[in-house]
Amino acid sequence: MTTPPDPDPGRSLRLGRRIVLAVPFLWLLALFLTPFLIVARMSLSDTARALPPYAPHWEGFGRLGEFLAALDLENYALLASDTLYLAAYLSSVRLAAISTILALVVAFPLAYAMARAPRRWQPALLVAVILPFWTSFLIRIYAWIGILRPEGFLDVVVQALGLADAPLGLLNTDAAVVLGMVYSYLPFMVLPIYAALERIDRSLLEAAADLGSPPWKSFWTVTVPLAAPGIVAGCLLVFIPAIGEFVIPDLLGGPDTLMIGKVLWTEFFSNRDWPLSSAVAIVLLAVLLLPLLVFQRALRRGEGAR
Amino acid sequence: MRRFGPFHMAALAAGLAFLYLPILILVVYSFNASRLVTVWGGFSTRWYGALLQNQQLLDAAWLSLKVAFGSATVATVLALLAAVALVRYGRFRGRTLFAGMIGAPLIMPEVVTGLSLLLLFVAIGLDRGFWTVTLAHITLTMCFATVVIQSRLVAFDRSLEEAAQDLGAPPWKAFLTVTLPILTPAVAAAWMLAFTLSLDDLVIASFTTGPSATTLPMRLYSAVRLGVTPEINAASTLLIAFVAIVVVGTSLIAKRDLLRSR
Amino acid sequence: MNQRTARKAARRSVGSVRRISAPWAEPDAKALVEFRSVTKSYGDVTAVDGLSLSIYPGEFFALLGPSGCGKTTLMRMLAGFEEPTGGTILLDGVEITGTPPHRRPTNMMFQSYALFPHMSVWDNIAFGLKQEGMARAAIASRVEEMLALVRLEGLARRRPDQLSGGQRQRVALARSLAKRPKVLLLDEPLGALDRKLREATQFELMDLQADLGLTFLMVTHDQDEAMIMADRIAVMDHGRIVQVAPAEEVYEQPANRYVAEFVGDVTIAEGVVTSVRGHLVHIHAPHFGAIEIDEEEGRANVGAPALVALRPEKIQIGHDEPAQPLNKVRGEIWDIAYLGDFTMMQVKVGGDDGPLVKAAIANRTRRMERPFAWDDMVWLWWDVEAGVLIDP
Repeated sequence: MTTPPDPDPGRSLRLGRRIVLAVPFLWLLALFLTPFLIVARMSLSDTARALPPYAPHWEGFGRLGEFLAALDLENYALLASDTLYLAAYLSSVRLAAISTILALVVAFPLAYAMARAPRRWQPALLVAVILPFWTSFLIRIYAWIGILRPEGFLDVVVQALGLADAPLGLLNTDAAVVLGMVYSYLPFMVLPIYAALERIDRSLLEAAADLGSPPWKSFWTVTVPLAAPGIVAGCLLVFIPAIGEFVIPDLLGGPDTLMIGKVLWTEFFSNRDWPLSSAVAIVLLAVLLLPLLVFQRALRRGEGAR
Repeated sequence: MRRFGPFHMAALAAGLAFLYLPILILVVYSFNASRLVTVWGGFSTRWYGALLQNQQLLDAAWLSLKVAFGSATVATVLALLAAVALVRYGRFRGRTLFAGMIGAPLIMPEVVTGLSLLLLFVAIGLDRGFWTVTLAHITLTMCFATVVIQSRLVAFDRSLEEAAQDLGAPPWKAFLTVTLPILTPAVAAAWMLAFTLSLDDLVIASFTTGPSATTLPMRLYSAVRLGVTPEINAASTLLIAFVAIVVVGTSLIAKRDLLRSR
Repeated sequence: MNQRTARKAARRSVGSVRRISAPWAEPDAKALVEFRSVTKSYGDVTAVDGLSLSIYPGEFFALLGPSGCGKTTLMRMLAGFEEPTGGTILLDGVEITGTPPHRRPTNMMFQSYALFPHMSVWDNIAFGLKQEGMARAAIASRVEEMLALVRLEGLARRRPDQLSGGQRQRVALARSLAKRPKVLLLDEPLGALDRKLREATQFELMDLQADLGLTFLMVTHDQDEAMIMADRIAVMDHGRIVQVAPAEEVYEQPANRYVAEFVGDVTIAEGVVTSVRGHLVHIHAPHFGAIEIDEEEGRANVGAPALVALRPEKIQIGHDEPAQPLNKVRGEIWDIAYLGDFTMMQVKVGGDDGPLVKAAIANRTRRMERPFAWDDMVWLWWDVEAGVLIDP
C-alpha cells in the first residue's frame, strides 16, 4: 500500500526545489533550445558574402518588420529542387537501414549467446561488449581504414590465402560505410537485446516445452516476441545516429557516397553557406522524427496490450 | 538448466572477434618498425618515441583532457539536479519541455547540435575556443549523464530518505547523507560517460572551436584523412590503453566493493 | 508481579475480557495522539475521510484493514510524510500538522526496514542521535544500549546486507527506538518475516513495548498479527474507521458485516426479528428457521430486519438431530478442509439455493468415531450465546 509521497512545501524546501530545477532548465533553454531556434530562423535567411555570412541580421525589435520580411523559404525551395539533396536524404536512410538490419543479424546471436552464457561470465562479457564503445570512435574507424585500404590488412590476408589476386578495393565504397556503421554501433544493438533476453524467465521456455513446443518453435513463439522491445530499441539506437552520421561516410566512403551529415558539413565548412546548412539540418530532424513517432506508437500499443 | 552449446560459443567468439580484431591489428602494427604499414619490419617502439616529439599532438591531447575533465564535472552536477527534478518533482509546469530538452540531444545528429551551438556562439559574439567547446560538451554530455543518474534514482527506495527524515535529518541533509552516497556508483558512471564522450567528440568540437583550440580528435582526424601512419597507430594504441585501463579498473573496483559488501 | 507479566496474563485470557487498564474507557484520560476529523485526498481519490481517533499513552494500537483502506496514509500523516487536506493531528496536546517529519517526536519502523545500505548497523542506529547533535559518548552508550536491547551486540560492524531478515528487522527496531519517540510507528512490522520467526517476534515486540512503557501504532493487514499484539484495533474501510475496540470485542461483537467478514470466518444469517423478550431475541431467517440469541436489551425491535453473525467455532455439527428446539439446521456437507488443529466444514443448508454455513470442529482426538464425508446430511446447532446481531 504505497501512496505517492506528498511534497510538503515548506518555504525553504520550495526555494530549494526551484533552484534544483532552474539551473539545468535554464542551461538547456540557453544552450539547447535557443540554438535550435536560431538554426530554424537561419534556415530562412539568405546567404551573404559577409561576416557572419548571412542576411538579414537582427537589429532590434524596432526593425522587426523588415527583419521578418527578409526571411523566406528560398533554402527549402533549393533543397526540394536540387536532386542532390533528395538523393542524399534517401541514400542516408538506405545506408542506415541496411546497417541496422546487418547489425541486428550480427548482434542477435551474440546477445543470445551472452544471455545463455554461465552467469559468472556475464559481467565480463558485458564489459567486453561495452569496452569498444568507450574507446575512441575515430580510432575504431581508423582501424578499418588500415584493414580495407588497397594493400591493407584484408588484401594481404586474402591474397596470401589465394582467394583473390587483385586488391578488393573496398575502401571508399558504400559497403565500407555500412561495415563501419555496423561495427561502430554494434554495442548499441547488442546491449538492449541482451537486456531483454536476459530478463526472460527460463521457466517460460520450460513451460513451452512442457506444452509440447519444440525448441526452435519456442524460440520464435516465446523468445523473439519477448525480446521484441529490446530489438526495436536496438534498431532505433543504430538507425537514428546512422542517418546523421558524418565521420564514417567521410572516412570510409568514397566520393560517390552521399550522406546528409556529410552534405551538411560540406555546405557549412567548404561552401560556407550557413542558411542552407541550417535548412538541411531542419529537414534532417524532420526525417528523424518519423521513426521516433513510429516507435512511440509501438510503445504505447505495447503498454495498452499489457 | 542453462544450456550453453557449441553454437553459443561460436556466436560469442565470432562476435567478440569482430569487435576486437580491428583494434588488435591496429595495436600490433603500432609496434611495427617499418614505416610501410603493411610490411612487418620487426618489433619496435620507435613510433611511441616519435609521438613524444609531436608537440602539436601533445598540446591537442592536453587540451582535450582539460575540456573533458571540466565539461564532465559540470555536466554531472547539472545532470544530478536534472535527474532529481525529473524523478522527484512529479508533474511540474514545463516538465514535458524539460524532459524533451534532456532527450532531444541524445538523438540529435552531432552535425545539427554542432551547427546550432556555433550559430548561438556567433549570435552572442562569444570568442570561439576552449570555453565554447567546453560549454558545448557540457550541454551534450549532461543529457547522457542525466539518463544514467535518472535510471538509478527511479529505482532508489524512497523510504530510505524518509527514514533519514523520520530520524531527524532535514530533507537536504537526508539527500546528502543517504541518497547521494548510495547513488555514487551511478554518478561516477555518469561522469565517466560524459568524460569519454567529450574526449571522443570530433564533430561538435569542429563546429564550436576556434583556431586557438584544436582538440585531439580534430588533430587525429586531419592526420587520418591523409592516410594510415604508424605514428597514429601508436597514438591510437595509447588512447585505447588509457580508456581500457580506466574502464576495466572501474569495473574491477565496483566488483570489489560489491564483494566486500556481501 | 510486575507490569509485564500482569499484562501478559491479561492478554492470554482472551475471550473473557479482563484488562488491568483501559485508558480509552476512562472519561478523563488524556490522549497522546489525536486525529480530529482528518481528511486526505489525492485529487478525486479520498484516502482518509474525516477520521477522528484518540490513542492513549502506553497503548499498543493497530490499524487493521485491506490494502487501500487508508491505514498507511493515516500513519504517514502522523509521521509527517503526508499532510492532511483537512482536519488536525495533535501529539501530546500539541498540533503537529505542518511540522516536517524531521521535527516530529515520532519514529517509524518501515515495512522494508529502510536500513541505510552504506552504513554499518552501529551507524544506522546512531543516525538519529547524530541528527540531534548528541555528544559522541552519549551516542555510543545509547547505541550499545539499543544493541543490547535487540540482542545484536556482536553485529555492530556488519552492513545491512550481511544480516538475516530477522536481524535486519531488529536493527530497524533499534534504530527507531534509539531516539525515545513519543510514538513508535510500525508499518507492517512482521510482513517480511517467515511464519516461525513472526510468531517469536510478535511476543518480543509486545514484551518490549510493555517493558519500555512506550506507545506503539502499528499498521497491518494481517488480522492475527493485530489480534495477538494490539491492545486495541481500529478496523478501517475506505478511509474511515468502522470499529475501534480490543481484539476480543472486534471478534465477538463486530460492529457490522464488514468487520465480521474481515476479521475471522463468519456465516451471516439475514432475517427479521419476530419477538423480543427481555434479552432474548428471536429472528426468523430463511433457510435457518428460528434463531434465538442473547442480546443487550433494546438492540432489536420486532419486525425489523436483522443480521446474525455466527462464528464457525461456535457451531456444532453432528449426524443426529440435537434435542434443542431452536438454533439448529440440517444441511449437506459441501466441503471439508482438514487444518490440523481443527477441521472446517462448509455445509449447504436449506437446499441447493441455500447458503453455505461454516462450522469448525476442534480435532480433540486423533480419530473420530463417526467421521464426516462429502455429501453427508448433517445437523448444525448452536448456543443461544453464539449468535450476535450486527449492523449491515
